[in-house]
Amino acid sequence: MRNIVILLGLLVIGAVGFLFYQDKSEIPVAEKETSVTKVGFVYLTTPGDHGWTYAHELGKQMVEKRFGKDVKVSVVENVPEGPDATRVIRELAKGGNEIIFTTSFGYMDPTLKVAEEFPDVKFEHITGYKRSKNVATGNIRFYEGRYIQGVVAGLMTKTNKIGYIGAYPIAEVIMGINAFAQGLRSVNKDATISVIWANTWYDPVKEADSAKVHIAEGADILAQHTDSPAMLQIAEKEGALGFGQSTDMSAFAPKAQLFASINNWGPYYIKKIEELRNGKWNTGDGPDHWAGNVWGGLKSDMLIISKFQNMPDEVAQKAQEALDGIKTGKINIFAGPLIDNTGKEIIPAGKALDDGALWGMNYYLQGVDGKVPG
Amino acid sequence: MITFIPRDKVSKNWIIIAPILSIVFTIFFGLLIFAFLGYNPLETLYQIFVSPFSRIDRIGDILVKACPLIIIGTGLMLCFKSNVWNIGAEGQFIMGALLAGFIALSFPNIETKFFLLITILAGFVGGALWAFIPAILKTKLNVNEILVSLMLVYVAMLFIDFIVRGPLRDPMSFGFPLSKPYPEGALINKIPFPGIGFLGQLHFGILFVFLLVPISWIYVNKTLGGFKINVLGSAPLAAKFAGFKQNSITITVLLLSGGLAGVAGVIEVSANIGQLQPEVSFGYGFTAIIVAFLGRLNPVGILFAGIIIATVKLGADNAQMTMGIPKVVTGLFEGILLFFLLTGETLQKYKIKWSEGKK
Repeated sequence: MRNIVILLGLLVIGAVGFLFYQDKSEIPVAEKETSVTKVGFVYLTTPGDHGWTYAHELGKQMVEKRFGKDVKVSVVENVPEGPDATRVIRELAKGGNEIIFTTSFGYMDPTLKVAEEFPDVKFEHITGYKRSKNVATGNIRFYEGRYIQGVVAGLMTKTNKIGYIGAYPIAEVIMGINAFAQGLRSVNKDATISVIWANTWYDPVKEADSAKVHIAEGADILAQHTDSPAMLQIAEKEGALGFGQSTDMSAFAPKAQLFASINNWGPYYIKKIEELRNGKWNTGDGPDHWAGNVWGGLKSDMLIISKFQNMPDEVAQKAQEALDGIKTGKINIFAGPLIDNTGKEIIPAGKALDDGALWGMNYYLQGVDGKVPG
Repeated sequence: MITFIPRDKVSKNWIIIAPILSIVFTIFFGLLIFAFLGYNPLETLYQIFVSPFSRIDRIGDILVKACPLIIIGTGLMLCFKSNVWNIGAEGQFIMGALLAGFIALSFPNIETKFFLLITILAGFVGGALWAFIPAILKTKLNVNEILVSLMLVYVAMLFIDFIVRGPLRDPMSFGFPLSKPYPEGALINKIPFPGIGFLGQLHFGILFVFLLVPISWIYVNKTLGGFKINVLGSAPLAAKFAGFKQNSITITVLLLSGGLAGVAGVIEVSANIGQLQPEVSFGYGFTAIIVAFLGRLNPVGILFAGIIIATVKLGADNAQMTMGIPKVVTGLFEGILLFFLLTGETLQKYKIKWSEGKK
């Protein structure tokens, strides 16, 4: 009884609101103004001021700045990776959005499901590997930044122990660890990396605990493939050094951050929206393995390295050399000979791993302690 | 110092007036907050409360969202009525989904929908077994069931995480923690309406809710088992004198609520996800606790409470899509709504007494 009253009450109040306010949200696709492109974004969390989603938020802001009144952006944040995602993506498609960016791996199947129902809407799924006629994928070569981190870590470490915090033992994280190891060993053959798995992308408490364990075990340089600034804050307090993730985190740890690898989604968003407006949007004609048709790194400015700080000039110079080397293609991070940490040869000298092989990584290269779980 | 004293008699009028007052207060403070933050207050209210009903497919989506909440909430109702505090429905949900998923993935070619009966049964067993742990610890060793059931949530979360990263991982998933897709026979389809098509994601699992609500109502109000639960909760001594076995009631309600949470897990995964992934529940097990209390531990009330909570959640998404209101603001509003609804109910039953001096 009471609940029926509540429900009716809410409806009545809402209906009163309706009398004063006419809904403008549901413009059918056919009536849309021709020059304005409606763009939808789905975020995993609230953007906050650091980390993964914030990087996407900055990209979205670049879109708004670039197109001004020509685009109308709708954002839904805090969308769990399940049935809610399907519903939200469908609502965005129904709301007349012509291109929808879904910015987390777990939106893969929901995006494909909705894309099937809306063949005229374009979808861009971030970090996924499944595509269809109107679903393209985009990703960043995060591992390139980690190579430079390895170079800096190898030159800066005094204890020769590097503490690495990983989110989950999936290929993307493992290739980052291995790229770090390649950078590390290019300047320092004695240093080793030990990995702690946080089993989360974002949990400041767990990340801080992992950082404390690393420091207690003698690590003086910390690296992370998780999202919060907690690790750097611990490093700052304990006098260790580390690297920022996704966005510049020097504000959280001005004395501890050596540099940050910054995800720069803006140019990719702008390019895809521009393609759509010119009628040239496509899902790419690259090789159809899962790396996606947009997989950009330092060269295409999708990955940016922040200012080198808290390090001597010689180290900064070496880091700059590594950065330039990757950009020009002089450095191939996964060029042979590659030997895994059990001594097995992965690939001989003269050859290099291709993109597909990167996504199959389930081993550590030399320089990393332990073995991949699972 | 504030003390709450039960009222001798709950006024019939106030049963109607209290919720209305609660809503008026909610709306008032909501308007205030939205206006203060610079959003059009009326448009916001429209988006939160009415826009979820503004299209027929959106109503379908409300039911989809409410479905697991109502199923779990109904199970929790049995526990809470008998003063058994099962806080771990989230874990039971996961274990139900996991056991059912294991069986579904063991028969990759099955197509007949009768297979669903088996997976749903498996879900019930999975959830019930998980709830059996706090049940047996409470009845044999007098261990607090709140702690045990809550802690087992985290065990369940890590367990499903382990399973989808290890034994049940799809070898074609590039190392990502996903199982293979379920076979056709283990999927719950969307309901096709002739002439309309699908209503959002509305699926056949909703039929279970429509069965469950009347059955649980009859069980609670018209059977001896339900009577025992009621007596044990409201007058434990009387239950003892009447010779009701407290332990067996405790075990029964925990098994039932765990089982129902498990079934909710199966329905959610089979209808909406179609494979196992590290996260299958999104706080349903915890939200359902609110639903059970908002529905006043009454099956029909829980049905409506589930719909109210689902509506506000969907409305919050709509408000964000059309007006750009951040989730934190609509979350604040949800909090205000629940605060006033539960305050209204409490004040119906209790008088407040202010006593001075002593701390």
